[in-house]
Amino acid sequence: MTLAARPAGTRRGSRRRPRTRRWLATAGLLVLPVVFLGWFFAWPVTAIVWQGLAPEGDLELGVLGRAVTDPGVRSVAWFTLWQAVVSTSLTLLVALPGAYTLSRQRFRGRGVLQAAVTVPFVLPTVVVGSAFLALLGPRSPINAALVAVLGDEAPALDLRRTVTAILLAHVFFNYAVVVRTVGGLWSMLDPRLEDAARVLGASRWRAFREVTWPLLRPAVAASAAIVFLFTFTSFGVVLILGGPGRATIEVEIHRATTQLLDLPLASTLALLQLAAVLAALAVYGRLTRRAQVQQRLVASHTTQRRPQGRGERALLAANLVVIVGLVLSPLAVLVERSLVTAEGYGLDNWRRLLTDDTSTVLAVPAADAVRNSLLFGVSATLVALVIGTLAASAATLDRGRLTGLVDRALMVPLGTSAVTVGFGFLIALDRPLDLRGSPLLVPLAQALIATPFVVRTLLPVLRSIDRRLREAAAVLGARPLRVWREIDLPIVGRALLVAAGFSFAIAVGEFGATVFVARANLPTMPVAIFRLLGRPGVANFGQAMAMSTLLAAITATALLAIDRLRVGQIGRF
Amino acid sequence: MTAPSPLPRPRTTSPVHRRGRRPWLFAAVAAAALLLAACAQDPDDEAPDPGADPAEEEPDDDEPVEEDAPDTDAAEDPAGTTVTLLTHDSFDVSEEVLEAFTDETGVEVSVVPLGDAGTALNQAILTRDAPQGDLLFGVDNSFLSRALDEELFVAHDSPALAEVDERFVLDPELGALPVTYGDVCLNHDVEWFAERDLEVPTDLADLTDPAYEGLLAVQNPATSSPGLSFLLATIDRFGEDGYLDFWSDLVDNDVVVTDGWSEAYYDEFSGTGGGDRPLVVSYASSPPAEVFFADPQPDEAPTGVIEASCFRQVEFVGILEGAENPAGARLLVDFMLGQRFQEDLPLTMFVFPVNTEAALPEVFEEHAVVPDEPLEIDPAAIGENREAWIEAWTSTVLR
Repeated sequence: MTLAARPAGTRRGSRRRPRTRRWLATAGLLVLPVVFLGWFFAWPVTAIVWQGLAPEGDLELGVLGRAVTDPGVRSVAWFTLWQAVVSTSLTLLVALPGAYTLSRQRFRGRGVLQAAVTVPFVLPTVVVGSAFLALLGPRSPINAALVAVLGDEAPALDLRRTVTAILLAHVFFNYAVVVRTVGGLWSMLDPRLEDAARVLGASRWRAFREVTWPLLRPAVAASAAIVFLFTFTSFGVVLILGGPGRATIEVEIHRATTQLLDLPLASTLALLQLAAVLAALAVYGRLTRRAQVQQRLVASHTTQRRPQGRGERALLAANLVVIVGLVLSPLAVLVERSLVTAEGYGLDNWRRLLTDDTSTVLAVPAADAVRNSLLFGVSATLVALVIGTLAASAATLDRGRLTGLVDRALMVPLGTSAVTVGFGFLIALDRPLDLRGSPLLVPLAQALIATPFVVRTLLPVLRSIDRRLREAAAVLGARPLRVWREIDLPIVGRALLVAAGFSFAIAVGEFGATVFVARANLPTMPVAIFRLLGRPGVANFGQAMAMSTLLAAITATALLAIDRLRVGQIGRF
Repeated sequence: MTAPSPLPRPRTTSPVHRRGRRPWLFAAVAAAALLLAACAQDPDDEAPDPGADPAEEEPDDDEPVEEDAPDTDAAEDPAGTTVTLLTHDSFDVSEEVLEAFTDETGVEVSVVPLGDAGTALNQAILTRDAPQGDLLFGVDNSFLSRALDEELFVAHDSPALAEVDERFVLDPELGALPVTYGDVCLNHDVEWFAERDLEVPTDLADLTDPAYEGLLAVQNPATSSPGLSFLLATIDRFGEDGYLDFWSDLVDNDVVVTDGWSEAYYDEFSGTGGGDRPLVVSYASSPPAEVFFADPQPDEAPTGVIEASCFRQVEFVGILEGAENPAGARLLVDFMLGQRFQEDLPLTMFVFPVNTEAALPEVFEEHAVVPDEPLEIDPAAIGENREAWIEAWTSTVLR
């Protein structure tokens, strides 16, 4: 076994021709990502921000000053920042051990759990918020347990409308980001490295700290960056669980745009948000500058081991408690609520949902909603995979400024207000083609959010492929295509599947700006849930819960299928 | 790893051009995948269209060429055209009613929901140079002045106005025509009050009574339309000088504020199972809805309405300035004010018809309450003060 890890930063040689050729290759790879990002993100966002800052065509900078000096804006910005930092740290703290368990420990039900933890990602905030309120309120199972043990004198724990509730929900939503991004790489680290360190006398902790951690760091940094951007732009969670007194910049942008129609204020806040996101990405870039190493990756199924010893088993148990308590119990609330009927439990809500005979124009038959969600999910996944693969390939080939810039620019949509993007679509995408009412815009908008996941998942793997594997194949006479098929594809295939699962979850979950893309004739599952929840009547609530459960089940099934997918060499790792 | 760092180079150097090949191959595969994606999307997106819905948007995208000069041709005979109705997410109408319109006029209707009422209006204002549709439904009296100030609508003196209750015609220019009305009212959990032998409050002022401590859930007026209506109700009831005192008393009496209607109604309100507060801000039509959607339907509604708390909401429709199909839009407006459409309103949108000839469905006759003298504020006054009132409310209640 050769030494697998090698620090980056060896000096660059000076070969003129290959370098030019590489530059051309990189540029070629970047064309599509740049066009995509420019057309569907940069241009709409610029258009709406410009309209806000220069309503009469001339830039009015007084607006900027007004907002920046406003103490209200400053306190909102401060809250946005600190809750995002704390949420990200908490998520890492809870999810990194989870990533280990779900990628390295072999136990019954692992695959199902891995799919299940991603489900929160797709559920509408309003549904999850409602489940959290039930779990954190005075009538929660925790309080019931307290009363059972301590009697009626037991203190009632009520976390509704607190920052704690926001933080817990953020961990719930983002657990999968860390588990998937970090676990994807972790499952392919050669365990013999750590074994060697142990044989040489290192403690388990030291072996982790000095061998595994440096190898994992790029993936950890990537997932931290994504979680930070998500929580920085948190919207529904803050409104529903934090109570109406708390607001993030995102909430204020939403209010300024959709209620006040105060575009100057909205634009200023959008710029503020953008500045913070760029700063965060710069920090992230700095953190990962020297983190990348080449290493020999191995097939994931060969790295999993049954937990051995008390420590391993305790870790597994602790992670299972976290997963059940934090991630699965809100889902259980949904299932339970979908079964509540006028007389105890039953399948009434499900029957109604599946045999709905109301014939109104905007009623959404369950089958249609499922079909449309799958349709958008698959299309968005394909778009994100193509754009993401191109960008990741370019970033592997060349690490110049341009590539780094595009790579980071692809992350910016994650940290941009969905309202800004959505309203940008409205005023910018009517020419040359009027895409505003087009269903094609939906997967494109969803792919904006999914693409960075693809890049972040692929890049650590692509960059760590040991070049000598390819060289060896070439020496043995394999043509480039065959080298790619036999070396790269099998190794990257696993990561591609992980990325595909993520993209799919994002698209099915109706992220962000797609809310502002009108599509009356293709309503999706989340749209159907919103419609049901918007009506009085216990039966409508029950059906909304049944639809949410269906959404969770379909997502979990799809993810499970994607995780197990084997197409030739793809997924063998 | 995004940083422009030097390439990781193993000590055993190798011909650089080899490095270059693999990503090219990736590009080729990726390009092929893109083609596949493009091919896969077309049939997928078109397939569901014909059967799914009368609303067709795609032809619009495919035919940017405007052959029919909208104003002249369409004015003569709009039959065979499509009219696009922009609206909020709570809009709905029975399929057969809309089909009747198409049968009568030959005009197809495409319904496009654009978010909540405020969002839909703001989208229409922002896209006024290139409207996304021909008419906008769903502007209510709290947003009416914004729509009128922006001169979003063209006037239409609909013949159907003859049957419409004059009280609802709030725009003398006839740009915005009333279609529905309803009331935002406090709802109470009938059983809860009966069990405790507690009197249901009859006046807004009762709510600050310690007997009702911790019983009320309301929505944030900054984010919720019924929340705003309830704030306006308190302003009308206690006056601009008194409403903040009332609200600070309410805070002392442990009022809970939620972000939106569904959280208040389903998570806090006891009348629908989820919560533990027996008083909530909802609609006058909520009790009949509770009966209508229950299975089996109860004889009495489980919830009731406190009449003295009701604030009137009127929703308007208007033909957009710059509409491509104004003739079709006029026909649709006439239809929306007519008896057929109006009688469909209660059980699809849970609002009341403004057409005096329209009959109410039985469940509304039996369980709905229409207050004789609801609280009301002039739309112009709302338009002028909305932000200041919300801001003052936020300072008093949330900070």
